[in-house]
Amino acid sequence: MIVTNLKRGIITENPILILALGLCPSLAVSTSVKNGLGMGLAVTFVLACSNVIISIFKGWIPGKVRIPCFIVIIATFTSIIHLLIKANMPFLDSQLGIFIPLIAVNCLIFARAEAFASKNNPVVSFVDGVVMGLGFTVSLSLLSGIREFLGANKLWDLLVVPNFKPMTIFILAPGGFFVIAFVMGIANWIRSKKEAK
Amino acid sequence: MTSNIVSIVQISIAAVLIQNFILARFLGLCPFFGVSKKLSSATGMGMAVVFVMTISTAFTWWINESILVGMHVEYLETIVFILVIASLVQLLEMFLQKFSPHLYESLGIYLPLMTTNCAILGVAIINTGVNQFSGSPYTLVESVVNGAASGVGFLLALVLMAGLRERMELADIPKSLDGLPISFITAGLMAMAFLGFSGLSFF
Repeated sequence: MIVTNLKRGIITENPILILALGLCPSLAVSTSVKNGLGMGLAVTFVLACSNVIISIFKGWIPGKVRIPCFIVIIATFTSIIHLLIKANMPFLDSQLGIFIPLIAVNCLIFARAEAFASKNNPVVSFVDGVVMGLGFTVSLSLLSGIREFLGANKLWDLLVVPNFKPMTIFILAPGGFFVIAFVMGIANWIRSKKEAK
Repeated sequence: MTSNIVSIVQISIAAVLIQNFILARFLGLCPFFGVSKKLSSATGMGMAVVFVMTISTAFTWWINESILVGMHVEYLETIVFILVIASLVQLLEMFLQKFSPHLYESLGIYLPLMTTNCAILGVAIINTGVNQFSGSPYTLVESVVNGAASGVGFLLALVLMAGLRERMELADIPKSLDGLPISFITAGLMAMAFLGFSGLSFF
């Protein structure tokens, strides 16, 4: 069960590359692997916790006001992780900047709350949150790895290839768009090959 | 007074061109790729963003200044802002429906999307920080100008993108890149063009 769930989160229903959810943070913070991993884990935390709370309270939340209720629950966990990062990892806080509070309006978390947590029991929702969060983290780390290598010739702040002149454009805004475009294109290509078989 | 005008001009040029919300700051990408298929809906969405951003920055600035800072609970800003924006959007929707049905018809369907648009919350949070030009906190006028100009920058990028995507319908695109990926490449090229504005220095 764990393996199929992980496969679903990371490959068949990958949040960024297949579902195209949560694009803003995935482009903005994917300038280095450290940032990407930090952001991914923060999103995973918020996603798993809010999924559990929403699925516990799904019977009490009236359908008409469910969106504001979801927002408050998600924003609460976002504030918790924001304060934790600020206190324990000031370096990460200064790097990610306003994108930590903006986890509260991440469409990935909304989509999971609406499509999954409000219909399933807490345990399954927790698993879904963790799996989807891990899928987000993996693809974010992949994107940031590509960008950090091409743009700064580094991975996890370490030099990779000596005598390779990095292309700074990949760390700047346009590079983010190009990298995600080609990674998505490759994912589509692999999928179409599989379907053809 | 002159310094006021100077800072307003600086903030607006920076927000529209140099640090364009979509192409340089990566805020509000979901609506940017979601609603940029047709020029007419892109214009409607962009106008709604300008409208809501201008009003919400005024409200959130006042709430931040008078309530959050006054009571030393700045850490609640995410929750408070998001609730303020959500209820403001709801209020605007009802108000427009009653008093300006025409405007409601053109913006109406885009208004509910505003709550989860990270650009709106983003500009509210940026306004609680420090003005990068003067080094002091944003005043009310400056934050409203920042909100309106960021909205205009959003509108500009969205309309440009929709125009390009309408043309792209006719182009022959590799199958794997069709749809979202080619839009990302287009946005990347636009971002490259907008990168040229970062050389702008004035005053």
